[in-house]
Amino acid sequence: MATDTRTISLTVNGQPVVAEVEPRRLLVDFLREDLGLVGAHIGCEHGVCGTCTVLLNGASTHSCITLAVQADGADISTVEGLADGGELHPLQDEFSAKQGLQCGYCTPGMLMRAREILTRNPDPSPAEVREAIASNLCRCTGYQFITEAVLAAAARMRATREVVP
Amino acid sequence: MTTADQATPGAPPVRDHSAKRRWVGQSIRRVEDPKFLLGRGGYIADRITPGTLHAAVLRSPHPHARIVGIETAEAKAAPGVHAVITGAEAAELCDPMPDFGPDPARHTWRCLAAEKVRYVGEGVAVVVADSRYLAEDALELIEVEYEPLPAVTDPERALADGSPLVHEALESNCAYERSFDFGDVERDFAEADVVVRDRLRWHRSGGQPLETVGAIAEYDPGTGSFTIDTNTLSFTSYLFMAAATLKVPVNKLDIRPVPAGGSFGSKLFANKPAMIAGMCARKTGRKVAYLEDRVDNISNCDHHGSDRVYDVELAMMRDGTMRGIKIDVIDDYGAYIQFGVGHHGNALAQVVGPYTIGSVRYRVRAALTNKNQQGAYRGFGSEVNNWMLEQMVDKAARELGLDPVAVRRMNFIREFPHFIPTGNVYDSGDYERVLDHALDLADYGHWRDEQRRLREQEGRYIGIGVITAQERSVFSATEFWFWFDEPGAPVTSTPESVSLKVDATGGITAVLYSCAFWGNSPETMVAQLVAEEFDCSPYDVSVVYHGSRDGLPATGPGGSRTTVMLAGAVEGAAGRIKEKARRAAAHLLEIGPDDLEWADGGYRVRGDPERKKSLGEIAIMLHLFKHSFPEDMESGLDASKVFDHPYTTMPSADRKDLGVFYPFVGHACHVPVVEVDIETGAVTFLHYAAVHDCGTLVNPRSLAGHIVGGTAQGIGTALYEEFVYDEDGQLLSSSFMDYLIPTAMEVPELTLGHVETPSPYTPHGIKGGGEGGRMMAPAAINAAVNDALAPLGVRLTELPMTPERILAALRAAGHAG
Repeated sequence: MATDTRTISLTVNGQPVVAEVEPRRLLVDFLREDLGLVGAHIGCEHGVCGTCTVLLNGASTHSCITLAVQADGADISTVEGLADGGELHPLQDEFSAKQGLQCGYCTPGMLMRAREILTRNPDPSPAEVREAIASNLCRCTGYQFITEAVLAAAARMRATREVVP
Repeated sequence: MTTADQATPGAPPVRDHSAKRRWVGQSIRRVEDPKFLLGRGGYIADRITPGTLHAAVLRSPHPHARIVGIETAEAKAAPGVHAVITGAEAAELCDPMPDFGPDPARHTWRCLAAEKVRYVGEGVAVVVADSRYLAEDALELIEVEYEPLPAVTDPERALADGSPLVHEALESNCAYERSFDFGDVERDFAEADVVVRDRLRWHRSGGQPLETVGAIAEYDPGTGSFTIDTNTLSFTSYLFMAAATLKVPVNKLDIRPVPAGGSFGSKLFANKPAMIAGMCARKTGRKVAYLEDRVDNISNCDHHGSDRVYDVELAMMRDGTMRGIKIDVIDDYGAYIQFGVGHHGNALAQVVGPYTIGSVRYRVRAALTNKNQQGAYRGFGSEVNNWMLEQMVDKAARELGLDPVAVRRMNFIREFPHFIPTGNVYDSGDYERVLDHALDLADYGHWRDEQRRLREQEGRYIGIGVITAQERSVFSATEFWFWFDEPGAPVTSTPESVSLKVDATGGITAVLYSCAFWGNSPETMVAQLVAEEFDCSPYDVSVVYHGSRDGLPATGPGGSRTTVMLAGAVEGAAGRIKEKARRAAAHLLEIGPDDLEWADGGYRVRGDPERKKSLGEIAIMLHLFKHSFPEDMESGLDASKVFDHPYTTMPSADRKDLGVFYPFVGHACHVPVVEVDIETGAVTFLHYAAVHDCGTLVNPRSLAGHIVGGTAQGIGTALYEEFVYDEDGQLLSSSFMDYLIPTAMEVPELTLGHVETPSPYTPHGIKGGGEGGRMMAPAAINAAVNDALAPLGVRLTELPMTPERILAALRAAGHAG
């Protein structure tokens, strides 16, 4: 069958990507199946749970209700781009230290959402962290240790920023 | 507290827990986590390889209808479609699903509905195509002709005469009924000063992990074997039933576990997606993935939680002494009943809570209705019993004009081991210490003052709930069959197995057999337990999840059993390895084995600590230098342990005594402080303290995480979550738009405390703790809401306490909302 496709050009974790996609192809399927970036997960498929969260031009986006063609020209960041080589990002490290994950399924979405939060507000209060991550469901942790992890990572990231002007 | 008596019949030896522990009890980082943090979790959907076909299931829009005909020609001709299988065709390809229910031949359950559909969401056909997109396109092209039938969704109506029949062959919607008496119920009620009565309603919710159930199946016609990867492996010992469904010998079926994105019970023995994928793989000759979408998982997962109507009577003395309880419960099981009434066996493990109630009458009726069937959800029915009992205790205190905390305290069981009227044992505990610690953490006195002040000065309704309840752990199989006088399968064994293999360099690999990662921490638990045995770092232990086919007997997570059972298996396997290592070391050091002692990761000569052999030094000799050892020593250093349930006794023939079936019993006290807005019906938390005692903690931080997470689920159960079926049988909450899971804004920060009363019977004194939060929170929050509304004479008796229900209760009491 001749399938109608579109060409999209975008940047994913700093790498340029050009691809042919069906107009109806979801961004999450494009990332997972076409690019092999399986960190963005599929949870509810209707934009509620947030486990598919990636950053699109720096803004957290539910990739399960975003079409791949909508990402044409965009800069996408996924959890795979978070660690710096072998070194975990402070958010990843603090999620581990505080046990801010159990099954791990919401974790990539939570990490990307947290990264966005801390970009916008490097010094959030616990209440601000809770309000900000309320976009993402976690069924395991009850959010307490996630909140602690985000706050601990924020403190480390602020300290790093002060040292490196 | 008294200690266990060695002579208690059937009890294992009382252990000495005096040894110093190096790793057990440490909140180390979990060994599982790095892969998940990097987005490389390896979940089932991550493992789909190019060329794999995708299956999608056509779901019934009708709650109850006869399937008159299905037209699939157009779907079969659609682009990329490899097969379309209807329910009738599936009934030829597969035998019925594995089913532990009371009379499976009269309520037959299949992977797809064959002749009629019995609930909205039941599968009627499956399409296999090159992609999920194409499979879903083809679903639209299938024409099903239904003859709608009247539906029944109310369990009491279902049991009444003239109700539509969910299964005609059963000639009734009552799948099971039984009444048990334990102790002298009539005497206790005759001697009681007061009988407190209530009618309570608990609606159904479910685990709803963020990852649905999925499977990738491959059939090799050359060997006649299935290989199925899935996130649901459990009960390896029972997979002959799944093999029968797929019509292959069990040694031609390998079900391999992959990490699951949460379960909370909902992936327990959840074989249907694996059976559908397997059927499709065999039919197409290709590898097939079937991953539920969210609507599948909500409407067709076979793992809805309890759905009960209670009529309860509690016999009390005027001073607050509890004497006996009569429980009459109807449980709405939905359209099938795969685990029988095991959920009520579970409740009977701790039916009297932490109290010295002397007698129990328990009547259960299992109703079949046009809903998706029940399965497992964190608590497995005993959390509902906790809620019911705590509601009754609060109501009794109120009717008698007594302090609810004092009533609990005066009825506490104080001597252990304690046999409750049903026959189950509570191994150990210190309930008063837990209560005192919780009241302290909750700042109970302060909040009682605040409650009064805010009520009087600001007209606000603050409530404080105090509940004290049990958390049974480590189930034995008898709870599933003691219901029957002549059980078909009076199974006694629910083992867990571990193999430990020491390589030539002394590195240790642990193999688990039925124990997939579900968000619990089996790798961390095993790594800490192995490290404790061998003085290595837990991060140097490698953990492997073995498939089912040539695995050792195993059961997997469920009933808060994993850590205790793995601890027993690790201890047993480690003991065997150490015995061989000791003999080898003795030979190498030219000394008697009894002159050696284990220390710092090896054997050394007693009184001469410089003469020693590390495990690595022993291991390389045993791997490579067989001829340095006596003739009877084989090469290698590995051992397995099949650890059977450590404490099960058989039910009596007359079922006056159900025996010991859930012996390691934890305890908790939750104290939430809530505010109820009587204008909107909204409930918010002002404080929440929780103290748990589940014996010795292996990793306190991970247990704390389970308590907070379980409490969050309990908040959902208490306030938000419900699979709502309307009177006609339509499912109104089939997405997360309507099925409301608590977010970070609804779940408060918990103030946590632990008390550790080691079990006398388990390695290190561990008890299971994975379900505790959800076993307590619904009861505690209901108690808090009722405490808030007490001045208005309003009491909520139905969960979840949605704003609508709270406002309706206020209106019914004459307070226009």
